[in-house]
Amino acid sequence: MTVFLQFLVNGLSMGSVYAIIALGYTMVYGIAKMLNFAHGDVIMIGAYISFCVTAYLGLPAVVSVLAAVAVCTVLGILIEGLAYKPLRQAGPLAVLITAIGVSYFLQNAAQLIWGATPKNFTSIVTFEVPPALAAYNVSAVSIVTVVACLVIMAALMWFTGKTKMGKAMRAVSEDKAAAQLMGINVNRTISMTFAIGSALAAIAGVLLCSYSPVLQPTTGAMPGIKAFTAAVFGGIGSIPGAFVGGILLGIIEAMAQAYISTSLANSIVFAVLIVVLLVKPAGLFGKYVPEKV
Amino acid sequence: MSCLTGKSFNPVVNRRGVIAGLAGMGVMGLLAGCSDEGAPAGSGSGDAAAFKIGTIGPLTGANASYGTSVCNGAELGCKDFSTDELAFAFKSEDDVADGEKSVNAFNSLADWGMQALVGPTTTGASIAVAEVANSDPQIFMITPSASAPDVTADKTCVFQACFNDPNQGANAAKKLAEMFGDEKFVVFYNSGDTYSSGIRDAFMEKAEELKLEIVDEETFKDDSQTSFTTQLTKAKDKGATMIFAPIYYTPASVLLANAKDMGYDVKMMGCDGMDGILGVEGFDTSLAEGLYLMTPFSADDPKNEEFVTAYKDAYGETPDQFAADAYDSVHAVALALAEAGLAADADPTEVAEALPEAMTKITVEGLTGTLTWNDKGEVEKDPMVYVIQDGKYVAA
Amino acid sequence: MLQVLKSKKTRHDLVTYGLVVLAFLVVSFMQANHMIPRMIAGQLVPICAYVVMAISLNLVVGVAGDLSLGHAGFMSVGAYTGIVAAMSLSEAVPNDSVRLVIALMVGAASAALAGFLIGIPVLRLSGDYLAIVTLAFGEIIKEIVTCLIVGVDENGLHVLFNLTGKLTVDDLGLTEAGTAIIKGAQGASGTDTISTFFMGFVLVMVALVIVLNLVRSRTGRAILAVRDNRIAAESVGISTTRYRMIAFVVSAALAGAAGALFGNSFSQLSATKFDFNTSILILVFVVLGGLGNMRGSIVAATVLTILPEALRQFSDYRMLVYAIVLILVMIISNNSTIKDFVARIVPSRKSGKKEVSADA
Repeated sequence: MTVFLQFLVNGLSMGSVYAIIALGYTMVYGIAKMLNFAHGDVIMIGAYISFCVTAYLGLPAVVSVLAAVAVCTVLGILIEGLAYKPLRQAGPLAVLITAIGVSYFLQNAAQLIWGATPKNFTSIVTFEVPPALAAYNVSAVSIVTVVACLVIMAALMWFTGKTKMGKAMRAVSEDKAAAQLMGINVNRTISMTFAIGSALAAIAGVLLCSYSPVLQPTTGAMPGIKAFTAAVFGGIGSIPGAFVGGILLGIIEAMAQAYISTSLANSIVFAVLIVVLLVKPAGLFGKYVPEKV
Repeated sequence: MSCLTGKSFNPVVNRRGVIAGLAGMGVMGLLAGCSDEGAPAGSGSGDAAAFKIGTIGPLTGANASYGTSVCNGAELGCKDFSTDELAFAFKSEDDVADGEKSVNAFNSLADWGMQALVGPTTTGASIAVAEVANSDPQIFMITPSASAPDVTADKTCVFQACFNDPNQGANAAKKLAEMFGDEKFVVFYNSGDTYSSGIRDAFMEKAEELKLEIVDEETFKDDSQTSFTTQLTKAKDKGATMIFAPIYYTPASVLLANAKDMGYDVKMMGCDGMDGILGVEGFDTSLAEGLYLMTPFSADDPKNEEFVTAYKDAYGETPDQFAADAYDSVHAVALALAEAGLAADADPTEVAEALPEAMTKITVEGLTGTLTWNDKGEVEKDPMVYVIQDGKYVAA
Repeated sequence: MLQVLKSKKTRHDLVTYGLVVLAFLVVSFMQANHMIPRMIAGQLVPICAYVVMAISLNLVVGVAGDLSLGHAGFMSVGAYTGIVAAMSLSEAVPNDSVRLVIALMVGAASAALAGFLIGIPVLRLSGDYLAIVTLAFGEIIKEIVTCLIVGVDENGLHVLFNLTGKLTVDDLGLTEAGTAIIKGAQGASGTDTISTFFMGFVLVMVALVIVLNLVRSRTGRAILAVRDNRIAAESVGISTTRYRMIAFVVSAALAGAAGALFGNSFSQLSATKFDFNTSILILVFVVLGGLGNMRGSIVAATVLTILPEALRQFSDYRMLVYAIVLILVMIISNNSTIKDFVARIVPSRKSGKKEVSADA
């Protein structure tokens, strides 16, 4: 039984990391309606910035997170403006390919800047875990990640639900042309979405690397794809869906590794995803929109 | 909903302009590719009489650190072993650890006029390239780090400078039986990696023979190496007291951190792929304290000091076993060329014909020990077991 | 004959065939006279395989309108079954070309079967969800192949499924004369490299003939109708699932054949070769070449396979330059100002435009 709880805790820890990445994915998808495959690489850049600030400049961890958020926000706006904005009128596949181009670009740029040798990221979360939780190997990072997820989730829901900018985002998401007619600056709104998404990516990057210390240019790629899966799992575009999807994905993965096969753990995760989509075609929390004539 | 497909499909993309533009780019690329031929780049002496050594390794992608080490080691070797009579020119190519790209890189080097190949770095790529190198027209190849027996099997002009996997797995089992006969072992390896699973297979066979007590086996894959807590929980539950982990240093650093976080006090031994773990920037070396490594190379060995200093000056990093093996490979090529009496202007096929025999006659006093080769292309050298104490390798 | 040539579509198709044949003849001539650098010569077979992959994916993405992100999975199925077929028949069928043809057919058949089985659940979805599910299947196929251990001896084929990761080639129980073909994580190694450029060319032609004829047929028109308006198509009695399935299975079969060609051209092949990135690469060929435009797919696949190799002179900056080229091409080819500019200086484009809309 204790071993089972152990696996559950492991799954929750990994899942909370997926969840925080998935929140960024789902945010951008929900508003801009594009699969931003470069999201995982923005995460990696965020982690590198945080690493540099603590390791080379010797500044405290909080400053490094702020620096990572600042750099990634600017990066997100730049990427959106330079690569995605010219394609606003183009087909969605053109945007998808461009996103992949951006992903290649970021990975290779990171390698040229920081080198191919992996860096070991020192966890920025270092407080003592209460003994009751420590008995089950609940790590400080996991606690912070779960709390961060909940805070971000609540903040995002408040932002998109209550603020003027958030409402504008939802309007753009529903119908770009109509939003424009209502006096919403569509370009600025989408830029803003990317800024928020990338800021979240920076936080996710720092937490991902605090959880799993190896930092190299490809660090963001696989967690990115898994988090994307998690977002779809929960219903892409849905903010609580991303959180639940991420946590569930982590638990399923840990249980599959523990009780079935480590070699096929990813396959099992993907198989569960397929089954969920067949039963609920829009994911767990997604809104199913029947096609109208 | 159907944002990527369905109605929003825009057939306007298929314009001839795109195709014409692409074609134009391709032609330009081709021309550029051709014009690049015969212009020896890279370091070493660039004059026409230099003997051309090529290297292939992943210089981009997830395995880039290994390829970079091999290319740096080989480059330094080409510099150091160049003499007035026999100068070396050097060129490295990227293969992203992929067989197809590696063959492309090989062909590109062949176009450059490469006379001997020190590479590729990774096993899969090396098997694919070895086949091409061994077929007409042959080009001599010595891989510094590809360790599967399939690389050299049935090929006349292909050599290995590192231990092959069966050899290393069996040696590891022997060493463990000698040193830690009483421990309960868990074997932890990358089931999606040739090197790791190759060593594991040979290790298990030998371990059974030597009656080592193996209580558990755990695996992972390249795309699930962010955390090993689940595997460690299982191993701990089964009472394992020592981990044998034939894995590369990148996942090893995660494994060590996870074990510490779990409060799992366990001994661990790795193989040559784990060498380099202390060189990872930001790595808390106290985690690796007491880690056993079976590797032929130690950067802390006084006899390697000259190489280590030169390498640090040139590339700013402590050399690992990949770099040392590559350096020794160039050393071997230099000695074998002298043994065969070949000059710098020797034809590549001539080199491929004469070197295999010369290779079996030479003895390299290298960074990774004393190296000799058998006629199958396999290296013979002594494995050494080191233990990490105070962040340094100490012979165990 | 003249009657046939009057149809614009037929003429367009014949020009496509002609260009492929011409390209083959020119390259063969140059190769015979040693005019091609080794770097390009070594890529001829992979290029043919990628061209077939692009044509087949274009059938699903461009013609049927379903975004598949797991096309490399079918290539993988075809590659491994093709390799097993070729290796296990090495004594029964000594002629390399005949053996390769059998391997291609086996690869195509097994990939078609996989395509059918995967199509049943996948084609119930559409849009982005279909994309993610195909991605998932691609990853599942990759992991399953990594678990396979296959060998052959005089008693026939031996297959093990290495679920726990603890089995090795020795567990196959091969006799002395046996050979291991697929070795789990190591993938297939020691494969005889029997693929030739000529066979690659033949496969490209076969793929073109199949796809172009399918698109021009009644079935093809039904598939296009489903793509353009599913509800309208359904209301006139076209079974959407059936026609999407036809496109999906044909595409999988061609991808399988391409995989078999590819697999038999390298002596080592890991399952990780056919990952998400390869699927994306093929998708890039299709999008850059133009959705539904087979001629474009051929050109894009060829150019984008050679491009990263031709960029080797940039050494460290190679992949960075590749990424920039990719982004710029996407932006430029979708920019209306540039399009108008090109249209003005190339007056023939106007007539071309009409043709393209009927293009496939």
